[in-house]
Amino acid sequence: METELCGVRVRAEPEGALWLAAERCLVVSDLHLEKGSSFAVRGQLIPPYDTRATLSALEAVIARLRPDCVISLGDSFHDVGGPARMAADDRERLCGLTARVDWIWIEGNHDPEIPRALGGAMHADLTLGALTFRHEPLAGACEGEVAGHLHPCAKVASRGRSVRARCFATDGRRMVMPAFGAYTGGLNLRDSAFAEIFPQGAVALIAAQGRVWPAAAERLLPDG
Amino acid sequence: MDKRAPATLPEAFEAWFAGRGWSVRPHQRALFERVRSGASALLIAPTGGGKTLAGFLPSLVDLSARPPAVNRPHALHTLYISPLKALTADVARNLETPVREMGLSLRIETRTGDTPPSKRQRQRAFPPDILLTTPEQLCLLIASEHPRAFFQDVRIIIIDEIHALAPTKRGDLLALALARIARWSEEHVRIGLSATVAEPLALARWLAPDAVIVRGAAGAAPVVDVLDTDARIPWSGHTGRHVMGDVYAAIKRARLALVFVNTRAQAEMTFQELWRVNDDNLAIALHHGSLDVAQRKKVENAMARGDLRAVVCTSTLDLGIDWGDVDLVVQMGAPKGASRLVQRIGRANHRLDEPSRALLAPTNRFEVLECRAARDAVSEGALDGAGSRLGGLDCMAQHIMGAACGEPFSADALYEEAVSTAPYADLSRAQFDQTLNMVATGGYALSTYDRYRRIIEDPKTKLWRARTKDAARQHRMNVGAIIEAEMLDVRLAPGRAKGGAETPAYAGRRLGQIEEWFIEGLTPGDTFLFAGEILRFIGLRETDVLTVRAKGETEPRIPSYAGGKFPLSTFLAARVRAMLHDRDAWKRLPDQVQEWLTIQALRSVIPEPDHLLIETFPRANKHYMVCYPFDGRLAHQTLGMLLTRRLERLRKQPLGFVASEYALSVWGFEPMGDVDFAALFDEDMLGDDLDAWLAESALMKRTFRNCAIIAGMIERRYPGQEKTGRQVTFSADLIYDVLRAHEPDHVLLKAAFADASEGFLDISRVGALLKRARGKLTHIDLPRVSPFAVPVMLEIGRETAPGVGAVEAVLSDVAGDLIADAMGDLMGQPVRPKQQGGEDEARLDHRGGDGAVGARLGVRTGQRRNPGGERSGARKSPRRRRG
Repeated sequence: METELCGVRVRAEPEGALWLAAERCLVVSDLHLEKGSSFAVRGQLIPPYDTRATLSALEAVIARLRPDCVISLGDSFHDVGGPARMAADDRERLCGLTARVDWIWIEGNHDPEIPRALGGAMHADLTLGALTFRHEPLAGACEGEVAGHLHPCAKVASRGRSVRARCFATDGRRMVMPAFGAYTGGLNLRDSAFAEIFPQGAVALIAAQGRVWPAAAERLLPDG
Repeated sequence: MDKRAPATLPEAFEAWFAGRGWSVRPHQRALFERVRSGASALLIAPTGGGKTLAGFLPSLVDLSARPPAVNRPHALHTLYISPLKALTADVARNLETPVREMGLSLRIETRTGDTPPSKRQRQRAFPPDILLTTPEQLCLLIASEHPRAFFQDVRIIIIDEIHALAPTKRGDLLALALARIARWSEEHVRIGLSATVAEPLALARWLAPDAVIVRGAAGAAPVVDVLDTDARIPWSGHTGRHVMGDVYAAIKRARLALVFVNTRAQAEMTFQELWRVNDDNLAIALHHGSLDVAQRKKVENAMARGDLRAVVCTSTLDLGIDWGDVDLVVQMGAPKGASRLVQRIGRANHRLDEPSRALLAPTNRFEVLECRAARDAVSEGALDGAGSRLGGLDCMAQHIMGAACGEPFSADALYEEAVSTAPYADLSRAQFDQTLNMVATGGYALSTYDRYRRIIEDPKTKLWRARTKDAARQHRMNVGAIIEAEMLDVRLAPGRAKGGAETPAYAGRRLGQIEEWFIEGLTPGDTFLFAGEILRFIGLRETDVLTVRAKGETEPRIPSYAGGKFPLSTFLAARVRAMLHDRDAWKRLPDQVQEWLTIQALRSVIPEPDHLLIETFPRANKHYMVCYPFDGRLAHQTLGMLLTRRLERLRKQPLGFVASEYALSVWGFEPMGDVDFAALFDEDMLGDDLDAWLAESALMKRTFRNCAIIAGMIERRYPGQEKTGRQVTFSADLIYDVLRAHEPDHVLLKAAFADASEGFLDISRVGALLKRARGKLTHIDLPRVSPFAVPVMLEIGRETAPGVGAVEAVLSDVAGDLIADAMGDLMGQPVRPKQQGGEDEARLDHRGGDGAVGARLGVRTGQRRNPGGERSGARKSPRRRRG
C-alpha cells in the first residue's frame, strides 16, 4: 500500500517490509534472529527454526522486489549471543544476502554490535533524503523518522470477531515499522508507548492475509 | 495393608455404627474385607450410599490399631485424592465425627494449591496419617526432592470421583504418578470410589490391574419426567422461555430444586427468566463456575441451611458433597448424555430408599426427542461409555520431567511404569523415547539444543535427573494439566450508567470472572447478562472488565454464545436416530412434535436407520444443503469446514455453513442437488483437506498451545512472574506456524492432533459418521426448506455477531417466514397425513397462524432477512474469508 511520509512516496508491503521505490531500498525491522535459541538457553526448548523461517521470508521479499539496498532497522538479533549461536547453514544464508546487496545494519538495543563476518555496514542511524532511519523512535516530534523497536500490532473488530495483526503505524510525518521476525510478538498500537510518538494518533497499515489493510485510529481497539 | 490383621470390623467400629442407629452396609463390609485381604477395589455406588465412609473404613481400622499419634513417628498411611479441592476440605470435616466419637488419635490434613508453603513444607517433613489432596499436588510431591521417603509408608490410596478423573489429562498424570508411587511403596492398595459407569471393568483396570469391583446396593429407580407443556415448543435455541412457567410450578411444589443447565450463559438466562415469573418471591439462587468464590460459598451455605427453594447451576454442582436436602432436579435443555443425567439426578434425594425425582425440560423440538431418548436410557439403566482414553504424550512429557526433578530414574524403569498404567498400556518404546528426547532437548531434528538440555543421563548410573536446580524449580511451578481459558475480572461500578461508554472513577466490586474471548466480541455500550444482572460493558482496564448496571433494560443485547458446552453423546445420538424412524415411538411424543415429524415425512423423507439424509433446496437466491448426522455440534463444525473446501473445488461457491447438535447446513450461490454426494462425503476428506484446514485453524493452535504448556515447552509461570494468557497464546501461535512448517512430525504436533481428534474438533467422530454413512446416503432435492431443516436454518441467524442491534426481532422475521415456507401453506394442499383427524387439522390451522405471525412481523419491520444473507456471523468459507 502506497503512502506518503514527509513527502516521500513509500510502500508498505504485506510481508511487513517498507519499499522505497526511488532508492530501490527495502527496510525491515526487528528480525530478532536466534530468539528461539535464546529461550533455550533459559530452559525453554521452543523450536529452533525461527531464524530460518525469518531468513526465508526475507529472501522471498528480496527476490520479489530486487532491492539495491536493504536496511535492517535494529534488533536484527534477539541478543548479543545470537550470532554465535547461529547454525552454520543459517549463517551462510545470511552472508549470502548481505553480500548480494548494499546491506545496512542499524544498531538496536538487543544487538549493539553485529560481527563483521556477517557482512553489511553498521550505522547508529541513517538519513536518506527526508527520511531518517533509527531503531528506537525518539520522544517528541520527529519529522521523517522511520523506526522499529515497538513491534506495533493493531486490533480491529467487526461482527463480533476481532483480528490482531502486525502493522505499520504512521501519522504521515513518521512511521513505526512492524517486527519482521518469525517469533516476534506485538505491542498494541493503543498502548501508551505510542501516545508520545503519535500525539494525534496514527493510522495502522495492517499486514495480514497477504495484503495491507489501512485502519483509522478510531477503529483501533485496545487489547482485551 | 497389614495382611495378618483379621478381616472383621473391630468391636469399637461395630459399636459406633450401632450407636448411630446404623448397620454396616453390605458393600461397606465387602470393600473392607477386600482391602484387608490386600486387594485393590473399585466401589461403585450411587450417591448417598455411604461411599466415602466405606472408602475410609480400612484406613481407620488399620490406624486404630496403632499407638496414639503422639507416640509414633510421622508416616503417611493414607492418601485421599479428589478432583475438587473443595471436596478435600469437606471430606476431612466429615471424617472428624467418626474419628472423634470412636476416640481415634489421628493426624488428618489437607493439601491443595491454597495450602500455605510453610504448611506444605512441614507436611513433607512430618507427614500426617491421612493426607487429602488433589492430583496436581501429588504430581508436585513426586517432583519434590526425596519423594521416596515421603511415599514409602503409604498403605492405602483412595481416589474419589474416579469416573470423572480417569477419562481426562489429569487422569493421565494421576495414573503415571500412582505408578511411580507403586515403585516406592509396593505394599499399598488402591480404593476407587465411583458413580455408576457404563464400563466398570475398564475403570477397575485404570485403578489397578488387580482391582476387584464392589457394588453398592442400587437405590430406588429414579422417576424421570419429560416436561409436557401446552406452550408452543420453539424450533431452535436454548432459552427454554416457553416452559419457564411450568418449571416454576415444579419448583413451587418441591422443597429444594436444582435447576441444571449446560452453559453459564444458559444459567444466567434461566435465572433471569425464573425471577421474571417469581410472583411468590421464592428464594432462587444462581451458581456457576465464573461467579466469585465467596458468592458461590454463600449460595452453598444457604442451600445447606435450607434457606433456598431453587438453585440454577451448571456442572459446578455435578460433583461433590450434598449441600442440602434436594428433592427435585430439573434439567433445562437436553442432558447430552445418559451418564451425566444419572449423575445429576443423583443430586436429588440422598436417601437410597426413596426415588430421586427429575424433570427434563426440552428447549426445542429436537431436544424433545433427545430428552425422551435420555429418559428411556436411564430407565433401562443404559449409560454412555466414555471409551478408553489413550494417554497424552504431553502428559507423558510432564511426568518425565517431574520424575527427573524428584528421584532420578532409569529410562527402562520409567517406561515400565508407564505401560503398567491403563492410559499408556499401548505406549511404544519408540514413542516413549521420542518423548523423553523432547523433554531433554526439545526433540527437534535440528539438534542445536544439546547444550541446553533440561534433563541429563548420568553416564555411569544411567539415571536421568534435572540438569539444574533452576530447571527443577521451573517445572514445579508449571505442574498440572488444567489450562484454563484466560479469564478477566468482571467489576461492577457503583451508581448508574449515564448512557454510553463513560469510564467510572473506580472499578468497583468484583462479581466474578468471564472468558476473555467473550469480552473480545463486545464493544463499549453493549449489555450482557452476568451474575444474574444485566450489565453494560464500559471498557477494559488491564484484566478488569468495567461494567455498570444497565437500568431499565429487560433484554441483554449480547445473548452470549448459543452452543451447548457438551456435545451430544454418541450413545444418545444413536438412540435419537433410532427413535426418529420408529413410527410407533412417535405416538408417545407431544402432538406438536408428532406433527412436525409427520410433515417432514410428507415433504421430504425420514431417513432409514443408519442412513444419512441430505436435503438440497433453494431459498432466497441461495442454495442450501442440509444433512442430519446427529453427531453433535463439534463434529458437525469440522464436517462443515471440510465440506465447504470440497464444494469450493466443485465450483459451488459455498458462502458459509452453520452446525447444530443435530444437523449441518451449507449454503452457496450454486444449486447443490447435482453433486456426487458419495464422493463429497468420502472418508478421504480426513486426509489432505483436514490437513490443509488444520494449518490455519485457530482451534488447532489453541490445542497446540495447551499441549505445549502441559509438556513444558512453553511455561505458564517463571519464578517471579506469570505470563498472561494473551502473551502465551500469541507466541504459541507463532511457534505453531514455525514448527508445522519445519517439522510437521514433531511429537507435540502429534499430541495436539490427537487431542483435537478427541476434543473440540471431534475428528474421530467425523470419521465414524463418514464410515457409517458410506453407501447409505439418502439425497432428496426439494423445492423448499423442509421441516427438519428449520431448526438449523434458524441457527444461522443466531450465530450472528454481537453489535448488531435487535437480534431477537431479526430472528423472529427469519423464523416467521421460514416456518411458513416449511409447513404453513400445507393447509392449502390436498395432501393430508392419513393418521390425522379433525383435531389435528385444527392444529394445522393453528400452525397456519404461525405463518401469519411471521408475515405480520415481516410487514412490521418492512423487510425479510434471508438466512444466508450478508449479516450472518456464521463461518464463511475459507476463500471468502480471505477476501
